[in-house]
Amino acid sequence: MADEEDRKETELETGGEPVWEGQVYTSADGTRRVLRRRPPVLEVRDLCVEFDDRYVLRDINLKVFKGETLAIIGESGCGKTVFLKTAIRLIAPTEGSVLFSGIDLEELNGRQLSEVRTRIGFVFQQAALFDSMSIGENIAFPILQTNPRTPRSELQDRVAELLFEVGMTPDVADRMPVELSGGMRKRVGFARALAAEPELMLYDEPTTGLDPIMSDVINELMIRARDNHKVTGIVVTHDMKSAKKVANRIVMFYPVSRLEEDESQIVYDGPAGEIDNSKDKRVTQFVEGLAGERLMEMTQARDA
Amino acid sequence: MAQEWTAENPTLLDRLIGVAGSIGKSLNDRIVYAGRLAAFSLSTIYWLFARPVNKSTLMAACYRIGVQSLPVIMLTGTFIGMVLAVQTHPQFKAVGLESRLGAAINLSLVKELGPVLAATMLAGRVGSAIAAELGTMRVTEQIDALSSMGPNPIHYLVVPRFIICLVMIPGLTIMADAMGVLGGAFFSIKLLGVDWGYYWEYSRNAVALYDVFAGMFKSVFFGGAIALISCYQGFNCDAGAEGVGKASTKSFVVSFVMILLLDLILGIFLDKINVVWLGGGPRAVV
Repeated sequence: MADEEDRKETELETGGEPVWEGQVYTSADGTRRVLRRRPPVLEVRDLCVEFDDRYVLRDINLKVFKGETLAIIGESGCGKTVFLKTAIRLIAPTEGSVLFSGIDLEELNGRQLSEVRTRIGFVFQQAALFDSMSIGENIAFPILQTNPRTPRSELQDRVAELLFEVGMTPDVADRMPVELSGGMRKRVGFARALAAEPELMLYDEPTTGLDPIMSDVINELMIRARDNHKVTGIVVTHDMKSAKKVANRIVMFYPVSRLEEDESQIVYDGPAGEIDNSKDKRVTQFVEGLAGERLMEMTQARDA
Repeated sequence: MAQEWTAENPTLLDRLIGVAGSIGKSLNDRIVYAGRLAAFSLSTIYWLFARPVNKSTLMAACYRIGVQSLPVIMLTGTFIGMVLAVQTHPQFKAVGLESRLGAAINLSLVKELGPVLAATMLAGRVGSAIAAELGTMRVTEQIDALSSMGPNPIHYLVVPRFIICLVMIPGLTIMADAMGVLGGAFFSIKLLGVDWGYYWEYSRNAVALYDVFAGMFKSVFFGGAIALISCYQGFNCDAGAEGVGKASTKSFVVSFVMILLLDLILGIFLDKINVVWLGGGPRAVV
């Protein structure tokens, strides 16, 4: 509950911003207040993405507020990664809009979109480090995008600081990405995403393919990013343990191909701690990892 | 009696419709490809002037595309010259004109074979490497990572390669021509016994400065085409190792066809300029 109160207090920093919601609540000191929200850090409205006449995302409506860490879960192919890439317009939506801090990304020209993107960090599934650059150059890259005249010594200090933050020593800076293990590459990817001090971090399956210890290290880094850097986060993951550990809120997507015409693709949207109590069979099956119905379908398909 | 139609037994008309459909689809695919390539090229030209290019990426591309291609291009040029000598010498000797061998070799070299064969070699060596490199960046999400950090990938990845191909490929063509001239002269004079005085004298008379310019002019276009096609293929690479391989192969095939097409169009254009505007004309080799 303390987290919930903190979140409301954070949202109270209106500073004359437009009122988004007028909820009356009792604050920690017992006074009644009106909840005034800043625009969400990220908002998607009626988002649809279609590939080859097949919907991957259909009518998604979602708001992510400042300081929140949202986990998006769902089975493979339900559009989680597509959602993340659409959120920064690496994929253009077929319909609907994406707003970052109240700015509609579709209305921006190339240069404005580039500027907005420098305020967002993206941790890719396989780290996506630039092969032709050293680790240090990879981490320095986003810093140079926002401030190309950063002095070399300052750059080196910042790289060392970021490496230290992800549990690595500064001597790694001179090595090439190919020389690192998967876990190390992911941590470097994490450091690179944090380098430009983003307002929003997007994590694409950050613990996939890692051993349990390294997965926990990455979880811890995501929690530190939220707590120490006050970064809002969206984590796409299959890993329920990770989702429950790092997220305040969980959203579950369901594949469009398995939905009826009028059904919502979001089958769960609520606090991370309450997902186990969901009454929706699709949610409990995923959370508990039950393949029963899917195996039955496979058997029926084979017999047919 | 007319044959009854079944799904297993289509009529001649059905077959013709099927063939026409396939041709139509293939044509449509090619038009779409050309349109997308044109849009990609225009975007590259926009970014070429929109913002200055990072010098470090330019130098890296210069080294990989220009300096590292030098040995292979010199070898290619030398062998073109020598092979031309081998192929033309018997014909010229048969009519007693072997002293004019240099004119035939050097005119073919600087106007046609040097630029086209050098460009073909570079489409294989440089173009395929560009397509494979950018294709790998695409499938490993490095291009997405670049976009997510702000830079436009066309400005950051395509423009430096385009500039370097525009500048370096004509430079490499000059090198191929020079080596071809030396290779042809060495083979003709030293091994075939052609008189060196006549060899150079007839070469000088046959090859005008405009011919050298025409070869260089064409190579600028070949360089631009190689860069744009290879970068486009890399950017639109399919997933996986197979996708990268296909992108690399297709970049060479499309570049090669484009080199031949441009060679024809520019050849006609340059000849018209020479004849109509400069008052020049074909010079007799023999």
